[in-house]
Amino acid sequence: MAYKYFPHTEADLKDMLRAAGVDSLEALYDDVPDQLKMHRDYNLPSAMSEIEVRRFFEELGKRNQPLTCFAGAGAYDHYTPAVISCITSRSEFLTSYTPYQAEISQGTLQYIFEYQTMMADMTGMEISNASMYDSATATAEAIMMAVAAAKKRRKVLVSATVNPAVLRVVRTYAHFHKIELVMIAEKDGITDLDELRTLLGAGDVAGVVLPQPNYYGIVEDFTGVADACHAAKALMIMNCPASTLAVLRTPGEWGADIAVGDGQSLGIPLSFGGPYIGYMCTSKALIRKMPGRIVGGTTDADGRRAFVLTMQAREQHIRREKATSNICSNQSLMCLFVTIYMALMGEKGLREVNELSSDGAHYLHDELLKTGKFTEFSSKPFLNEFTLRTSLNIDALEKHLAQNDILGGVKAESHDDCIIFAVTEKRSKAEIDKLVSLIKEG
Amino acid sequence: MNNRYYGRLIFELSKSGRTSYSLPANEFKSNSLDKLPSALVRKSKTILPEVDELTVVRHYTNMSNNNFGVDTGFYPLGSCTMKYNPKINDEISALPQFTALHPLQPAYTVQGALEVYYNVQQSLAEIAGMSEFTLNPYAGAHGELTGLMTIKTYHERRGDTKRTKIIVPNSAHGTNPASAAVCGFEIVEVKSTADGTVDVADLKPLLNDEIAGMMMTNPNTLGIFEKEIPEIAALVHACGGLMYYDGANLNPMLGVCRPGDMGFDVMHINLHKTFSTPHGGGGPGSGPVGVRKGLEQYLPVPHVKKDADGHFFVDFGNNALGSISQFFGNFAVVLRAYAYLLTLGKENIKMVGPLSVLNANYVKEQLKSHYLLPIQGLCKHEFVFDGLLDKSTGVTTLDVAKRLLDYGFHAPTIYFPLLFHEAMMIEPTENESKDTLDEFIATLKTVAEEAISDPDMVKSAPHSTPVRRLDDVKAVKEPHFTFKDYLQ
Amino acid sequence: MAKVIEGLYYTESHEFVKVEGEFGYVGITDYAQSQLGNVVYVDMPEVDDEVTAGEEFGAVESVKAASDLISPVSGTVVEVNEALEDAPEKINEDAFANWIMKVKLSDKSELSKLMDAKAYEEICK
Repeated sequence: MAYKYFPHTEADLKDMLRAAGVDSLEALYDDVPDQLKMHRDYNLPSAMSEIEVRRFFEELGKRNQPLTCFAGAGAYDHYTPAVISCITSRSEFLTSYTPYQAEISQGTLQYIFEYQTMMADMTGMEISNASMYDSATATAEAIMMAVAAAKKRRKVLVSATVNPAVLRVVRTYAHFHKIELVMIAEKDGITDLDELRTLLGAGDVAGVVLPQPNYYGIVEDFTGVADACHAAKALMIMNCPASTLAVLRTPGEWGADIAVGDGQSLGIPLSFGGPYIGYMCTSKALIRKMPGRIVGGTTDADGRRAFVLTMQAREQHIRREKATSNICSNQSLMCLFVTIYMALMGEKGLREVNELSSDGAHYLHDELLKTGKFTEFSSKPFLNEFTLRTSLNIDALEKHLAQNDILGGVKAESHDDCIIFAVTEKRSKAEIDKLVSLIKEG
Repeated sequence: MNNRYYGRLIFELSKSGRTSYSLPANEFKSNSLDKLPSALVRKSKTILPEVDELTVVRHYTNMSNNNFGVDTGFYPLGSCTMKYNPKINDEISALPQFTALHPLQPAYTVQGALEVYYNVQQSLAEIAGMSEFTLNPYAGAHGELTGLMTIKTYHERRGDTKRTKIIVPNSAHGTNPASAAVCGFEIVEVKSTADGTVDVADLKPLLNDEIAGMMMTNPNTLGIFEKEIPEIAALVHACGGLMYYDGANLNPMLGVCRPGDMGFDVMHINLHKTFSTPHGGGGPGSGPVGVRKGLEQYLPVPHVKKDADGHFFVDFGNNALGSISQFFGNFAVVLRAYAYLLTLGKENIKMVGPLSVLNANYVKEQLKSHYLLPIQGLCKHEFVFDGLLDKSTGVTTLDVAKRLLDYGFHAPTIYFPLLFHEAMMIEPTENESKDTLDEFIATLKTVAEEAISDPDMVKSAPHSTPVRRLDDVKAVKEPHFTFKDYLQ
Repeated sequence: MAKVIEGLYYTESHEFVKVEGEFGYVGITDYAQSQLGNVVYVDMPEVDDEVTAGEEFGAVESVKAASDLISPVSGTVVEVNEALEDAPEKINEDAFANWIMKVKLSDKSELSKLMDAKAYEEICK
């Protein structure tokens, strides 16, 4: 029965069974009632050699068609520096678990501390946790946190310009956690701030969720919003794709209380939706309501600076049903991923990434309008993503572009005559021109 | 890993004027950023470092040398199933034909990826004895929450809204009650008997028409198989509740016994435990949720299905529960688990359970002469000692755990479950050889002897790790949550 | 051996209440602080909050544990011990002197359901 993942020789088996006080492997299950046992083989394929496994996945991969990506809507095709996978695949990082034994986990603890520093700084907030799952669940956790902080108020306002994929998850959590969600209407592609003020006036709101840039790519102006929220004792929650934080006014600068979003835009491959990394940052005052792990600095017995999981008494393994959240495993390795990305790119690199993406997006925007097949959805400012109305059949256009290996944006969920396009630094002028010419002829 | 303390932070390596990126020249040069209204633009500088590429590579490489993983050495962390993470899985998950896919691509351009999902859904259903799986949950706790949402949705859709309570054994991991609370349930605790299993006599009076379900893991957190499971399931079903299986301890059941056959209705599996995907320092994991026949419509969307022509498609149609993830969960983790399933095949998957159970019993029997074994008899994949047999030395479970680090082993899970004061939970997986286990056994015996001969040395362990014991009171009382806290 | 003070009322969950006229000072006992270890945070109610006997009114946290505070009495919170915000370790120094909240009692008859020092001493053994 020799097999590459099982080191037991026949002699080992014999010795070990004897030491364990049984005479066969079956006898190890004598305490399991016989009627519960399966008594048959699994109906699964037979074992494959490594050559066969490789061949199998190569064949399967051929049934996928990677496309030149002009889509965003929560997942962006940014460039991944080669250094990152070389470090993240180091097995000291990859095959470790949650750093419970700090003395042999300083590597993990240190990168999480760097991550917390960078994310808190990117969002302009005081602290960050050690990651959440994705943007949508991070936003759902944020509304639960707002409700926990508010004690008796259970109403949360959500802008209709939030990404619908995020909203779906927030709705689910709100339903089960008995939080009342009220939508703030969309007006000309942005949050209707007059309606927000009216809704806040009732005085029963625990939190307000606002996107930046919003689902349509529009950079909204939230001047005065933080004051309005705080006057109503509501927490202002902002959802932002991480990369844009380097150039746009930060949640901290807007006066937000909680910043959440996806770190995917910090160079994480699209990978058909995951793993990405949800982030959550807030103020020190709210730390005991913040879900997830936190790493803190301290000293060891010799007085050296070292890092450790801290503030654990908030967490599920200690607080049980009183914890703010049930999160346990997070997306730790992706913390390392985006930390290396931010270290490599630095402030200048991130600015350049945003510049290239934004310039490319504006070029595509203008070229598409010139085709005469698109009209403006909004005249408001945007960065790397924008929405246009079209007279074209969007499904036919999608097929036509896919035949030419292009993913030409995504259809807006709430406006079925609109397409949302995104451009990153990976898109060359030639690729954009090809997209435009295919649309012209199509 | 090595034992040389590294300890620097990337911010301390920064020097103005250095850089470690290169990007193409800007072909557009429209200065669109500068045209954004000033009110919308970031004003503050960032803390991000200025470093060259080699500095970055060395920094994180040195950091990794202060870290211990399964590839470094034996990692008997109970309840975490720290099995070997086969390297072929990583290679497969990095194939560009998969990593380059946008989650919103049309289904006809991602048939391969959808097939991965579909086949893993089917394989897990076969292994678990369930009807259907969703792979959307990102982690075990997320799976638990999703499973509980499924149970609640089932009751709600039947118009049975008074079922607001979930029964949880007092031996359960804290995540169980926390997930139930997030899902809006009240928690009812059921006691354990002296042998650590659910006390059926204590359970019976708790059952009524307010019970939505009961969460269990089998074997339980003590590694003991819950023999009364058919009766427990029958009792809970009779009161109208559903049985939830926490898959944290599924590993020893592989090849022998399926949760579906035990009477469970809803369950999750931790792919990062049972199906060998790397733990990554605490994630990303994956927590697929399965349901028995008749409950499929209560799983979250999106859900991957196959049509009559053999084409795969993404179904958003059923909206009973809604969504619990922005896209499809941790796809690259699922891909690794699929490679693992195919590599082992039906011939080897069935050996995982028995060999993991053999390893656990082997270690348990040889160490009970030195450590207090509160529950005798066969265990499954893991077991719990209640500290050293000789309590006179004052050496605690924490001290033993720290001393193990000096000898190049990771510590077991300690102070869990809460049923024993000095709990030390050991889980050797099926991948560990007799040689490794013998070394571990000898070392734990040595530590027990050191506890008598030199207790102070054990109490001040570890001595040879990159850093020594940390002051975790100071971490809370003089908090440093970011590097900025060091600059003030 | 944990300290127990005569004249106070005690709960099985290790809170005490010291009654002065219409008011009760509520805190955790010396035994409770010794079991918790270094107290690092006290989650206190707010002034004007209503508390109910047998229900939670806050929590005390040590590094690796958190314990809910169960109110021994019903009434309105008139004061909280703000010194504990910056120096929660005072509870370890003297748990009885460092009460957590002062409550205007709404039903003094509830006190008869609590333990006296002698009965409490028994359960700490």
